Amino acid sequence: MVAKDTVITLKGSVEIVTEFFFTAINSILYQRGIYQPETFKRESKYGLTVLTTTDQGLLSYLGTVMSQMGSWLTDGDVQRLVVVVTGIDSGETLERWQFNVCVDDGSEGSVDVSIMTGNDENVSNNIAMRKGSDGKITKTPKTVKEVHDEIQAIIRQITASVTFLPLLNEPCSFDLLVYTNKSAVVPHKWEDSDPRYIMNSQEVKLRSFTTSFHKVDSMVTYKEADEWEL
Amino acid sequence: MFSGTEENFEASKSSCRPQSESHQFCRETPSLSIIMTSNVVDFEDILNNGFSDANTSIRSGVRARWERKKYESTSTSAESSDAENRKPSTLSDRFIPNRAAMDMEKSSHSILSSMPYDGESSAGERTDGEASEDEEHTINSVASDMSEYKSSVLGIDDSKSRILSFADKAPAPKGDTVNNLQVLYSASTISRKNKSSTKLVSRHIPSAPTRILDAPDLLDDYYLNLLSWSDTNVLAVALSQTVYLWNAETGHIDELCNVESEGPDAHISSVSWIQEGGGHLAVGTSWGNTVLWDVRAQKQLRKMDGHSDRVGALSWNRHILSSGGRDNIIINHDVRIADHKVATLGGHTQEVCGLAWSPDGMTLASGANDNKLCLWDASASSSSRPRYELTEHQAAVKALAWSPHERNLLATGGGTADRCIKFWNTQSGAMLQSVDTGSQVCALQWNPYEKEILSSHGFAQNQLCLWKYPTMAKVKELDGHTARVLHMAVSPDGSSVVSAAADETLRFWQVFAPPSKSLAGKRGATDLAGGAKSKKLSRTMHIR
Repeated sequence: MVAKDTVITLKGSVEIVTEFFFTAINSILYQRGIYQPETFKRESKYGLTVLTTTDQGLLSYLGTVMSQMGSWLTDGDVQRLVVVVTGIDSGETLERWQFNVCVDDGSEGSVDVSIMTGNDENVSNNIAMRKGSDGKITKTPKTVKEVHDEIQAIIRQITASVTFLPLLNEPCSFDLLVYTNKSAVVPHKWEDSDPRYIMNSQEVKLRSFTTSFHKVDSMVTYKEADEWEL
Repeated sequence: MFSGTEENFEASKSSCRPQSESHQFCRETPSLSIIMTSNVVDFEDILNNGFSDANTSIRSGVRARWERKKYESTSTSAESSDAENRKPSTLSDRFIPNRAAMDMEKSSHSILSSMPYDGESSAGERTDGEASEDEEHTINSVASDMSEYKSSVLGIDDSKSRILSFADKAPAPKGDTVNNLQVLYSASTISRKNKSSTKLVSRHIPSAPTRILDAPDLLDDYYLNLLSWSDTNVLAVALSQTVYLWNAETGHIDELCNVESEGPDAHISSVSWIQEGGGHLAVGTSWGNTVLWDVRAQKQLRKMDGHSDRVGALSWNRHILSSGGRDNIIINHDVRIADHKVATLGGHTQEVCGLAWSPDGMTLASGANDNKLCLWDASASSSSRPRYELTEHQAAVKALAWSPHERNLLATGGGTADRCIKFWNTQSGAMLQSVDTGSQVCALQWNPYEKEILSSHGFAQNQLCLWKYPTMAKVKELDGHTARVLHMAVSPDGSSVVSAAADETLRFWQVFAPPSKSLAGKRGATDLAGGAKSKKLSRTMHIR
């Protein structure tokens, strides 16, 4: 086991969340075919093989956004991150992947664990195993391993989304929208945007994960493909 | 229980609603909630106004007087811009919305953007004098009402959050942006670029099945394994609640067992013949039991428990029967001893749907819905971890096939999101090769005579594909099935393959053949079966 059973600090939590965003965005870009599949490389993360881009321009863009996200997360200013997929020709928003961030205070860490055991068999198994090896029930906040298991489930859902999302039948681009508090410090080069909602959309909720400090809900909204559905 | 990935979805958009079974994807109808909120008392006015305004703004430019007259006389009372003149709504039963279940922010946005005015623009467009002071006043009051309403009732405060995006956008995708997922959605044959070439093999491979059997009620479930062919030439197939045995030589059909008594939802989830002798059949059930049958005596030998959910995969290694279940675990049963559970292997985090022992009996390969391929040593105990956990597949791994030609060579196939056949050296854990087939891989079968592998696929073509290994050149495609080809089994003489598909048919294909040298000898042995087959060519038989 690489991940030690250590308590997650705020700094660690921010790292986990930004790393998750980076991986999730990459998975979306690959799975939805927004960039060519050849420009992605395989990497092991969260006990999965995930695909991350090798395109330098894209990497530096994501790097910039993620480092800014990191400082906003540390200040607790981020409310949500939205990945907007837009058709280049039509200019229409086709998909909207939304990741809501809730800031929890550390005291609720153990509560989260119990909630998770209620609805996630994967995690309950892990906890059971941990109990077995320790011989006692440890009421510690979540470990990195447990968080990674939850993240793994979300990334899997993103991978599996091709089975229900309509085909993006035109060249697409993407944009990242960050919802922040009004009070957030906005550096140079960041500008206000409209929410880029989709009219006549369908919505599918995905799983969520929690660290001791953050709760991240995920959801995808997509334009209903009327010619198929009729 | 949950499956983040759900291989039973077909990628075709006509059948792409999430299954009720997978609890993770709960769908809401956000656009509908707009209409629901509109029934809140005050809001009706706003909405009606909005609609009337939408009507008027359709007209652009100056109209002729007769046109205006006509329009005014035919238009309804809603046309009146004066809010006081309007009759109150006559809706009798009021809808009381459940606000907690709605995305209010979204709804309010949808309402706002469906009303194409923001005061000045719509008023400015109208040059026909209808934009009276009165109306303008209404519009403004509506707008302020709206924001007041939003902040007070819906609890949305525009001032609370700020939407930001980075000014330097991500680089646009370069070059040719043909979506590689196109294959999943299109049934066209254009995507089949490398058309098969028959020059790769000297033998003749018939493109049509030699025989078709009906298999009514064959479950269309990717995660099950419902077909097995014994070395005594008996084919076992599970059709929902019943296991049938079809004797390939005589064509005789026996019903082995029926689980109707276990309840309406009970079904057989897997069948597997013991390796030698064909005397015993292992049957996995939907309630987690693995049942061993003595086929000659038509008798149930023993019932082995251990799983808490359906047993979807079975594999024999002499006296060891491995079973994989929806409860994520694999159990090795020693069928000879009373305490049958010799090892419980916990390496997967979702339903185990593929199990295969290597021909040398040293390694067990397992694939599951967590997209993982695990390799276990034969000596693995309940506490051991897999020898390798291979995560290269991007979807559920069901199709597993050990090469009969090379030791430690394993072929695996992935589900819809993956579509790849991958080859592994199971000693080193290295991936040797990967080829994208363009559709869900449901089953794999090696040619026992030559280095060829047959794969069966789901949407869109539902075909069987014969590949040369290791070049992975496509030798032949066999079409015929009208739904995905879920299972395959090879006959004991190694010459024909049976495929079971979701179109509820079994089709027999004469794809493999012994090399011509030993042809004569082999022919003699299978003369009876072969002769029978050629006579009954394309005749459809009912299995029950």
